[in-house]
Amino acid sequence: MVSPLDRKMLRDLWRIKTQAIAIILVIATGVMLQVMMSGLVASLTETRRTYYERNALAEVIAPAVRVPETVLGRLAAIPGVARVSGRVVGSALIDVPSDPVPIQAQAVGLPESGVQDQNIVFLTAGRLPAKNHRDEALLLSGFAAAHGYKIGDRIDVVMNGAQRRIRIVGLAQSPEYLFVAAAGEMVPDPARYGVIWMRHSSLASVYDMTGAFNQALFTLTHGASEQAVIDAADRVLKPWGGTGAYGRSDLVSDRFVSEEIGGLRTMSRAVPPLFIAVAAFLLYIVVSRIVQAEREEIGLLKAFGYTNKEVGVHYTKLLLIIAVAGAALGCLLGVLAGRAMIPIYTTFYNFPFLVFRPDPASFAIGALASVVSASAGSVFVLRRIFALTPSEAMRPPAPADYSKTVSLKGAVGRLLDQPTRIVLRSLARSPWRALGLSAGIAGGMALASGMTTIYGAFDRMMNLSFTVIDRSDATVYFYSPLGEKAAYELARIPGVIAVEPFREVAATLKLGRKEHRGSVSGMILDPQMVRAIDDQLAPIHLPDQGLVLSQALADILGAAPGDMLTVDVREGRQPVLEVPVTQVASSLIGAPAYMQMQALNRAMSEPNRISGAHLRVDAARAEAIYQRLKDMPTVAGVSVAENARASLQKLMDQGAGSARYIMGAVAFIITFGVVYNAARIAQNERARDLATLRVMGFSKSETLFVLLGELGLITLVALPVGSLAGYGLSFAIARGFSSELYQIPASFDPFSHGFSAAFILCAAAISGLLVARDVNRMDLVSVLKSRD
Amino acid sequence: MGGCRVKHKDRLAFVTRGLTKSYGEGRSTVHALRGVDLDIPEGEIVVMLGASGSGKSTLLNILGGLDRPTSGTARFRDIDMGCLSDEGLTKFRRMHVGFVFQFYNLMPSLTALENVELVTEIAENPMPAQRALELVGLTHRLDHFPSQLSGGEQQRVAIARAIAKQPDVLFCDEPTGALDSATGRAVLEVLDQVNAELNATVLMVTHAANIAGMAHRVIRLVDGQIGRVEVNKTRLPPAEIEW
Repeated sequence: MVSPLDRKMLRDLWRIKTQAIAIILVIATGVMLQVMMSGLVASLTETRRTYYERNALAEVIAPAVRVPETVLGRLAAIPGVARVSGRVVGSALIDVPSDPVPIQAQAVGLPESGVQDQNIVFLTAGRLPAKNHRDEALLLSGFAAAHGYKIGDRIDVVMNGAQRRIRIVGLAQSPEYLFVAAAGEMVPDPARYGVIWMRHSSLASVYDMTGAFNQALFTLTHGASEQAVIDAADRVLKPWGGTGAYGRSDLVSDRFVSEEIGGLRTMSRAVPPLFIAVAAFLLYIVVSRIVQAEREEIGLLKAFGYTNKEVGVHYTKLLLIIAVAGAALGCLLGVLAGRAMIPIYTTFYNFPFLVFRPDPASFAIGALASVVSASAGSVFVLRRIFALTPSEAMRPPAPADYSKTVSLKGAVGRLLDQPTRIVLRSLARSPWRALGLSAGIAGGMALASGMTTIYGAFDRMMNLSFTVIDRSDATVYFYSPLGEKAAYELARIPGVIAVEPFREVAATLKLGRKEHRGSVSGMILDPQMVRAIDDQLAPIHLPDQGLVLSQALADILGAAPGDMLTVDVREGRQPVLEVPVTQVASSLIGAPAYMQMQALNRAMSEPNRISGAHLRVDAARAEAIYQRLKDMPTVAGVSVAENARASLQKLMDQGAGSARYIMGAVAFIITFGVVYNAARIAQNERARDLATLRVMGFSKSETLFVLLGELGLITLVALPVGSLAGYGLSFAIARGFSSELYQIPASFDPFSHGFSAAFILCAAAISGLLVARDVNRMDLVSVLKSRD
Repeated sequence: MGGCRVKHKDRLAFVTRGLTKSYGEGRSTVHALRGVDLDIPEGEIVVMLGASGSGKSTLLNILGGLDRPTSGTARFRDIDMGCLSDEGLTKFRRMHVGFVFQFYNLMPSLTALENVELVTEIAENPMPAQRALELVGLTHRLDHFPSQLSGGEQQRVAIARAIAKQPDVLFCDEPTGALDSATGRAVLEVLDQVNAELNATVLMVTHAANIAGMAHRVIRLVDGQIGRVEVNKTRLPPAEIEW
C-alpha cells in the first residue's frame, strides 16, 4: 500500500518533471564522464598488465653489438633473473611499392625451437614461420592493415644492406610493439614503422649473428631489483658492446602506452570532478528552490500532525529520487560510453582484447556527489521552514521586504522605469540567490570556454610544431653517423632546396636521482628549419657549451638553467658527459634536448659526423626525391612532415586527446542545463508578479522583460567571471591533456571565449523562449487567486 | 480594435448575450456559466453576489478580458470582446480596466508610489501617481514598500494603482476578503469615492451580502445563471454597512 505522502511525492515529481529531467541530465552527464574516464583508465591499465603477463613481456632488455650464446649462462646466473633469452634484432627497410618513402622496420628473431618463452607474439592470422623456410616471416598486424598486406604477399626488405624478398605467413601483435615509431619520430604511426619476425637462424645469417645474439631479454624473479639486474647485465655485456640495459618502462612502446594511459588518468582525475562539481552546485540551487516553493504545503502537513522528520524524509525522498536517478543514469551512460570507446581504444592501443571494467569508486563518487548536494539543498531550506509554526508557514507570506535594497532615487534613478526597478531591486534584495545562479552559469561558461580553448590549443600545438619549430618538409636518417659530405650528396638531388644536417645521439640524461632515456639533438648554428624556440616563439641561439632543454624535459628532470646534467651516451664510445643547462626552450612535441652540433661531436670525439638531415624540397619533385632516397643504402629512413603531422593528428584524435570531444559536448550540455534551470527558477518565483503585470495590461514582451531582464543581467555578470575562470581552467585542463608525447599550450583564445559566450547567450535565449512560452500560456486567473 | 466596433448608442458599459463558459470535456465538463444575458450601465457600482461556484468570478474574468467565453457574446461599449486577439485583450485591459484583487498583488520590490507609476507609465491618460494615492488617503506612505504597509494600506495602494489610469471600469474580486471590518469599510469608501469622482463603473464580486447595500445594482448568480437583478433605490454609505 502506497502511503498518501508517497503518492503526493510521485505526483509532485510528475509536476516538476521537466525541471527534474533537466537536473537528471546534468548530473548524469557529469557522472557519465567520471565513470567512463576512470573506467577506461582502469580497463587499459588492467588490460596492459594482463597482456604483458600472458605474453611474458621481458622486464629488462639488454642490447649489445654481438654476444656469443655461451654468455647466456652468465646472464642467467645474475641474482634475480628467472629467465633469460638471447635474440637477434636488426633494423630493416621495407620497400612498399605504393609508398615513395622507404619505411623503417625492425626485424626480430623468433626462437629456433619454436617455443617462445618471452615476448610471445600474438598471432592474429596465419602461422609461425616454418623450419627450413628462410623467407617466411610474420608481419605486424597494424602495419599490414595500414598498407593492405595479406598472408601470402611477398615484400622486399633491405636487411643489413642486402635486399631480400620475404613471404608473409602470419600476422601478429606483440605487447612489445603496441606502439611503433621510427627512429627520430616523436609520434607513433603503424603505417610508418614495420616489424617483421623471422626464425633466429634466418636472421642470424643476415646480420652475421650465427652462434650469437644482440639482445638479451630477462624476466625477473618476484621481488628482484630491476636496477640490480640492469647493472649486472651491463657489467656482463660490456665486453660485447652492451649499449645499456633498460627496464620495461623504457621500452618505446610501453612509454607511449604509459604516456597515453597517464594522460587519461590525469584527465580523469582533473576534469570530471569539475563537471560533477558544477552539476552538484546546480542541483543544490534547484533543490533549495523547489523546497522553498513548497513552504505552504509543508505548513499544511505539519498542521495535520506530521512531524518534522516525516516531512523532511518526504522531501528528501523526492530529491533523492532525482539525484539517484541522475547518478544511476550517469553510471549507465558511463558504462555504455566506455564500452562504445573500447573498439576505438583496442585498435588504437593494438591490444588483442580489451574489456571495459568500470571503476567501482567512480560509481560511488558520482552517486555521493549528487546525493550529498541534493540533501544539503533540502536540509538547509527545510530547517528554515521548520523554524516557522505551521500557521506561519501556511499564512500568505508577508510581501518580501525590499525596504533595505537600493532606493533608486536621484538622477540615475529617475531614468529607470518601473519594470527596470523591479529587476534591479530583485537582484539587490537577494544578491546571494542571484550570485548563486550567476556562479552556476559562470561555472558553465568556465567549462565551455576552458574546453573550447583546448580545441584551439590542439590546433595551435600542431601549427606551432609544424610551422614554427619544425619547418622542414622531410627528415632523412642514416643507419649510422656519416661524414658531412653526406649532406652535400643530399643537396645534389634535383628538387632538394635546402639541407640542414643534424647529429642525434642516444643518451640517458640524469640529474640527481631523476633520469630520462632519450637523445641529444645536435643542431647547426642558427638553423633555419628545425629550431629551439623560447616562449615568445623567438629562435634560441644555441651556446658553444651546454644544453638547451625543452620545457617537458626540464620538468621531467626538475632541471633549471645552471644545473649540471650527466649525459650518459648510449652509442659510439659511450662517453659520460657533464653538461650545464643554459636555457629552457618551449617545446610541444616530445622532450628534446638541444646542443650545438659541433659541440656535441667534440664531446663524442667524432668530429664532423651527422646522423641525418632536414630537407626542404620542391613539392612537385618530392616523389622523385623520395624514390632516390629509397635507393640510397645509407638511408635508414625518411620522415615526411606531412605524414608526421597526420599521425600526430590521429594520435590526438584517437588517443587520450579524443576525450576532449566528449568533454566539450558534456561541458555544453551542463551549461545549457544550468542556464535553463536558472530561467525556470526565476519563472517559478516570479509567476504571480508576472500574472499581475499581464492583468494590468502589460504586453507579453513587457512582462517577459521583468523575467528575462533578471536572467539577462545574471548571465551578463556570469560571462566575464566565467571567462576568467575558464582561462584558469584551461591551464588545468591543458596540463591534464599534456604528456611527454605532446604538450598542449593553453593561452587566452578570444575565439573560444567568444564562442562560449555566444553559446551561453543562445542557451539563455532558448531557455528564455521556453520559459516565455509558459508565461504566455499562464492561467492568469488561477495564478492571481493563489496566494503566492 | 477597429474591426470589433459595433454601433451602439446606449450608455451601457457591458452587454452580454447567451454567455456560457464550460471547463473540461465529456462527462467531467463543468458549466461555470450557462447562458448569461446582462446589461451593465456605465457609472454604476455593481455588486455580484453568489455562492461559491455560482460563476461570479468567471463572469468577472470574461468581462475583465482575462478569459474567453465558450459561446455567446460579451460587449464593452462598442467593442465586441469575442473578436479581440490576445494582444487586443491586453490592450483592452491596458486602456480601460483597473483590477483590485483579494490578495492585493502588489510588486513587493516597488514602493507604493512606484507600484502606481508602474501603471501610469503605460496608460494613455493617467492621473499623476501622487494624486491616485491622495485619493486613497496614502500621501504619507509614498516611499514605503508593501512589506512596510498594513493589509488595508496595501489594498488601498492596489486601488490607487487600479484607478491611476482613470479606467472606465474597475473590477474588484473580493476586495475586502482579507481585511478586518474597519479597514474593509475604509476600502469600500475609497471605491465609492472613485465611482463618484471619476465616474468609473465598479464591478465587485463578493461573498459578503451586506456590501450589496452600497451598490446601484445587485446581481445574484445561481448555478451559472442570473438569479435576480435588483436596483437599489437608496444606497447605503459604506460607513453604515454592517460587517
